[in-house]
Amino acid sequence: MIIYGVYIVSKSGGLIYNLDSNVPRIEQERSFTYPIDLMLDYDPKKVSVVFNRKDGINVGHVLTAVNGMPVNGNTLEDGRDVETMLQNSENYPVNLKFCRPKLTTNEKIVQASTFYPLYAFASQLSPEPKSSGIEVLEADTFTLHCFQTLTGVKFIIISETGLSGMDMLLRKIYELYSDYVLKNPFYALEMPIRCELFENKLKVLLEMVEKTGINNLDK
Amino acid sequence: MTIYHLYIFDKFGTMLYYAEWNRTKKSGVSREEEAKLTYGMLFSIKSFVSKISPHDPREGFLYYKTNRYALHYMETPSGLKFVLYTDTAALNVKELLQQLYSKIWVEYVVRDPLWNPGTPVTSELFQTKLDEFIKQSALYGIRNI
Repeated sequence: MIIYGVYIVSKSGGLIYNLDSNVPRIEQERSFTYPIDLMLDYDPKKVSVVFNRKDGINVGHVLTAVNGMPVNGNTLEDGRDVETMLQNSENYPVNLKFCRPKLTTNEKIVQASTFYPLYAFASQLSPEPKSSGIEVLEADTFTLHCFQTLTGVKFIIISETGLSGMDMLLRKIYELYSDYVLKNPFYALEMPIRCELFENKLKVLLEMVEKTGINNLDK
Repeated sequence: MTIYHLYIFDKFGTMLYYAEWNRTKKSGVSREEEAKLTYGMLFSIKSFVSKISPHDPREGFLYYKTNRYALHYMETPSGLKFVLYTDTAALNVKELLQQLYSKIWVEYVVRDPLWNPGTPVTSELFQTKLDEFIKQSALYGIRNI
């Protein structure tokens, strides 16, 4: 079983902790001839595909390497600009490597705070009285499990689809949170969690769950 | 198992159809407002899912569950969105929505010469056929509280 990430969102909607374990990075490499048949956006921070797709290279994918040379922002490692290089027909055929961009820390914070209103809407739009917010959200590539404590802290696990017993894992993480975060005298509520002990225990827990399955957790 | 209500939106977010069966709680706003709220929420969920997904999603968002109900979502390539609220025990809702699309929507709305795409559906034939279809489905069942 694969767990892609664990997020903790405070009661005011800010991301206070996140752990990425096991995020697969699938890279697509392909050789191109002039003119290149992908529309690229040359942003100073990243070069990304904005139109057309090919052999697993989709819109939104980011250029990571040209002829095996890593790309930083929109420049190559040796200082050449990617845009001028790709527009010069003499440099072709060229080998480009693309991959799906990873979420940056800022984007993670944004996504965590996006989830907060979704949770609230879900409980408001309920056809039955007294509904909670989103507990399970499933897409074709992952499942999100969310557990909200009585104090409003949300624990979120993103895992592969079709796993059971995630509720128990969420409660186990809550236990770790109360033991190693809330009892830490240097931790202020609502602030990002920087507790080494908590982090270690969480990693051990996730490792154990990934190796031996969820049913071996002691209750 | 039960079915609460159904929304059909077009790709611009216009509510084309709304029907309800066993709904017990109103959200306290008008139907149009509620439809807008639902569409807005789904729009955010869609972008949330595509951002947070570890791989490239194909269908993207499928459903979410709370402790009281589940919202199932199906989008056709043309951007038509079917949103079905059921209870949490409902199974195979995806297949039900696909059948609803091919057997009811295509037959009685798309082939209706009086219907203009992008306008709410008022056809009585569609209404009765949809009602029949939902009530015959295994999901509709008897309401257990």
